[in-house]
Amino acid sequence: MRLPLFSVHDLDATVAWCADGPVGARRFIAESRALADRLPPGNSLLNVCQDRYRFALGFAAGLMTGKVSLQPASQTAETLARIAELHPDAVCLRDDGFTAGDIPCLDFPDLAAVDPAIIEKIPDFPADQLAAILFTSGSTGLPQPHAKRWGKIVANGRAGAFSLGMTQGCHGLVGTVPVQHSYGFESTLLLALHGAAGFWAGKPFYPQDIVAALDAVPRPRMLVTTPFHLSTLLAAQAETGLELPAIDSILSATAPLSAELAARAETATGAPVLEIYGSTETGQIATRRTLDGPVWRLMPGIALHQEGDTTWADGGHIEGRLPLGDRVELRANGEFVLLGRHQDLINIAGKRTSLAWLNHQATAIAGVVDAAFYLPEEEKTDGITRLAAFVVAPGLDRRQLQAELRRRIDPVFMPRPLVLLDKLPRNTTGKLPRNELQALYADWKRRD
Amino acid sequence: MSDAIAPETIEALLPEVAELIVGALNLDMAPAEIEPDAPLFGEGLGLDSIDVLEIALVVSKRYGFQLKSDNADNIRIFSSLRALTAHIAAQRSA
Repeated sequence: MRLPLFSVHDLDATVAWCADGPVGARRFIAESRALADRLPPGNSLLNVCQDRYRFALGFAAGLMTGKVSLQPASQTAETLARIAELHPDAVCLRDDGFTAGDIPCLDFPDLAAVDPAIIEKIPDFPADQLAAILFTSGSTGLPQPHAKRWGKIVANGRAGAFSLGMTQGCHGLVGTVPVQHSYGFESTLLLALHGAAGFWAGKPFYPQDIVAALDAVPRPRMLVTTPFHLSTLLAAQAETGLELPAIDSILSATAPLSAELAARAETATGAPVLEIYGSTETGQIATRRTLDGPVWRLMPGIALHQEGDTTWADGGHIEGRLPLGDRVELRANGEFVLLGRHQDLINIAGKRTSLAWLNHQATAIAGVVDAAFYLPEEEKTDGITRLAAFVVAPGLDRRQLQAELRRRIDPVFMPRPLVLLDKLPRNTTGKLPRNELQALYADWKRRD
Repeated sequence: MSDAIAPETIEALLPEVAELIVGALNLDMAPAEIEPDAPLFGEGLGLDSIDVLEIALVVSKRYGFQLKSDNADNIRIFSSLRALTAHIAAQRSA
């Protein structure tokens, strides 16, 4: 079976907005083809383009030439080395000065000379073609690949569009999240490929940038963001007098959104605030309007199954059968409530990892005798809580340790504080109970 | 432009901006410990993009202007405490 690049759009539909105006499907396909002609041979593409539109062209060009899109959760030296090892033929497509270790780089070419008029048909690709591999940081210390076939990616985009009511018209999407990350990938690019939507090419960062991006796309507009970005935007509006343009809906994911922030956002913008639940492994699987309460509704085709403490997801766009990272209470009619995360798993600024993985990274550093990361209790809702780490490393100073950690772990997981100790308070079985870490953290906070 | 701001104006503003950063980010250090010319990211203070948004918010509140990605070189502005202070001084007097 073959499935089209665009499920809803025809050749004349707008699929993206760049700084110089709207881009139609016809031009998008023509530019993807021209880019495909310039890609070197090989089966994989590490697409690190900052610009969402250029990323999308790289993704489509990959589909046309049988190249899988490699999308790591972070770009640390260790991750890039692992990707080079797993995909020795990989080429890195970039639109800034990114350096990808040993992976050869291709600068995004100028495609201005392309003639969209030559495109007469929307291309399609085999449903079983390997289209993307998203990587998570695995619990054993190596990035874990999660392969997505084209058929599943199409189903994923269609399920998202259906659940968000984007099956008709043309919705303008402004995303503050990177397109390589699963949430940004699904909620901007896939909605434009398989829903009635187009995306803003940039990734606005400051509140003022978000305002400019919203102004650049027609209504109805959806802001695709995170609790942290949303809270910063509302603070800028309330406390610095920033004026927000009309917003028709707000989508949030990567971390729990408080009802308090959702209420403030709805009051400030008049737009409903919706949340997406999912993971890199499963893709997005459920939605809710935050102010309607804690109940999530599953996307079409997805089913959950309870086995002891673990909830498994399958069906729809999920590849196989996968365990969820959260404890879940199942309700009737495809509804569920989240009860909390499994102990060891953490999520900071939308990036997931486990404390075990971080501890493993720290103890792998030469000179480190023992190490324990600790996530303090939430001190601020909708803010970013930073990790603490307690490390025993007699021959190393703080700077050396930080430099080594930075090579191995994503910046958001860098510990603050990094506390050096003579030994860790392990019990007789060698375990380090959470309350001991809590006490160490409390001691550190009291120190001055 | 920031070149037009007198170095002593920037120097005088450094402690205030350092205090703003340490306060906004809840850093485990005294404001005076931030070296004015050391990088704020990576090897230096180790800040990331989340911190930049936090700093941008307190800067907007305190000095009354919004930071933008398109008309300013963010990498330069956030390259050091002195660079950030120079940008604030320039915007404030604009």
